[in-house]
Amino acid sequence: MSVIKTEHLTYTYNGGSPFEKVAVDDVNLEIEQGELVGIIGHTGSGKSTLIQHFNGLVKPTAGKVYIDGRDIWENPKDIRRIRFQVGLVFQYPEYQLFEETVYKDIAYGPTNIGLSKEEIDERVREAAMFVGLRESTLEKSPFELSGGQKRRVAIAGVIAMRPEVLILDEPTAGLDPKGRDKILGQIKQYHEAQKNTVLIVSHSMEDVAKYCQKALVMNQSKVFLYDTIENVFSHTEELSAMGLAVPQVTRIFHALGARGVEVNPDIFTVEAGREELLKLLAAHHVRKGGAARA
Amino acid sequence: MEVFAKLENIIKVQDVSYAYTAEGNAANVLEHVSLAVPRGQFVAVLGHNGSGKSTLAKLCNAILTPSEGVVYVDGVDTRDEEMIYEIRQNVGMVFQNPDNQIVATIVEEDVAFALENLGVEPKEMRKRVDDALKEVGMYDYREHAPHQLSGGQKQRVAIAGIIAMRPACIVLDEPTAMLDPKGRREVLKTIRGLNRDYGITVVLITHYMDEAAKADRVVVVDNGRVILDDTPKNVFSHVEKLKGVGLDVPQSTELIYELRKAGYPVDSHIIDEEACVNEILRLLEE
Repeated sequence: MSVIKTEHLTYTYNGGSPFEKVAVDDVNLEIEQGELVGIIGHTGSGKSTLIQHFNGLVKPTAGKVYIDGRDIWENPKDIRRIRFQVGLVFQYPEYQLFEETVYKDIAYGPTNIGLSKEEIDERVREAAMFVGLRESTLEKSPFELSGGQKRRVAIAGVIAMRPEVLILDEPTAGLDPKGRDKILGQIKQYHEAQKNTVLIVSHSMEDVAKYCQKALVMNQSKVFLYDTIENVFSHTEELSAMGLAVPQVTRIFHALGARGVEVNPDIFTVEAGREELLKLLAAHHVRKGGAARA
Repeated sequence: MEVFAKLENIIKVQDVSYAYTAEGNAANVLEHVSLAVPRGQFVAVLGHNGSGKSTLAKLCNAILTPSEGVVYVDGVDTRDEEMIYEIRQNVGMVFQNPDNQIVATIVEEDVAFALENLGVEPKEMRKRVDDALKEVGMYDYREHAPHQLSGGQKQRVAIAGIIAMRPACIVLDEPTAMLDPKGRREVLKTIRGLNRDYGITVVLITHYMDEAAKADRVVVVDNGRVILDDTPKNVFSHVEKLKGVGLDVPQSTELIYELRKAGYPVDSHIIDEEACVNEILRLLEE
């Protein structure tokens, strides 16, 4: 069953004024339970507005949003429940840390929903484990931590609410390569352990190719594609025209193909590229060896 | 007369150490760093968060002054407080977050801000603001409010505000970290144009290896020390060393490195797509 479903979802900013802008335009989408989806699209394509609909932060101008088959705006008083079901981590979430200790910050959400002390403790430790924070870090002030650590604390705060769907808006923005790989690696592990649905908004096609199973491409307020990584990245030219560059390694394999080499064009990670080239080179040497003997 | 002679090195960092002194503990963020940047060079500085690269940048225009050693900007010791305006006019700085750098409500007023403070004549100011906006490709937006601009456009306005002061050098501290790919491309094109067409020296601090690959020179900072300082081709040939300090290499470099590891005789100095494709084709023709 689809965990997120939209029907003719449309959102208009400043409706009726001269500054009217359609940010999400008639989007029909079904995201299955358990998927790890990368959401891509350049700034202004509507991706942030779209994800804010998934936990009821914005109300559609027209159309419907269903979570677990339920129209989330059927009873507007019930919207708070949706926020627990769908956790949203904003961009630069470390700016939202405020508690004295990392522990208290992660515990903030679970405390507010009135859980017992034991349950809060269990959730805080579990969430900290998922984002790779050490026990000793829990008693520190969040402000003593590095940028990457702070961000992981903020993500843990949302994970501690045990959402069915976790959405992260550019979780790696501004981090160095090591911090980026750490966060994405932890999110992937979390996804594998919990088997829940995770959506990651990203500007990095390399990261989406490496970590996600599917990609959703937004362009000019519409869903341009929602498909497997292979199928999405095979649209190299259209993606480039939208200002979304496919990974460099993909471009290398397309260039090899254009120069007459018979290679698999669907290469999106360096690892897959390595495998493909080693296969190709081995076959080449066998042929050459055969020719020499003939 | 020597005062008027343009020195060959616009920035010279000589055996510099720096410690932020907070609550009594004073660990060195930089340890005996020496670095000279010749006029007109495009230098990229790489290093993971906390490596000391931003501290190095701030030492280049006297936002910070060394705990030990000396930094010279066009021959002037940055500890000389009397010369602070000269130093900052010579070396302008652009930061990561465009929203923290824009002060005015109209683009052209923002670009004029520093010139007003420096007491530049109105006629001259008009010319410099227009020139600067044209150089970054934002002239058509001169009467816009900054909040109507995209991140990349705002960052270009911030750069215009710096080049209106006609500096010899710009230091940019991760200017594209908060931008989307389109904004990144715009800003990089602008920076490269300033370097190529106007001879402005560029020191670009970045996390993006593809940006560094296009510089004249790459300096890698780790643990407060310069561990590599060479052409991009030579620096990126140290794949393991870079990965060891939490950095990356361009995908083309990594792919060739993997082939080399598998025993194929490939050139380890490959940092772009085209060279990578040619090298693979060469292997297949052997």
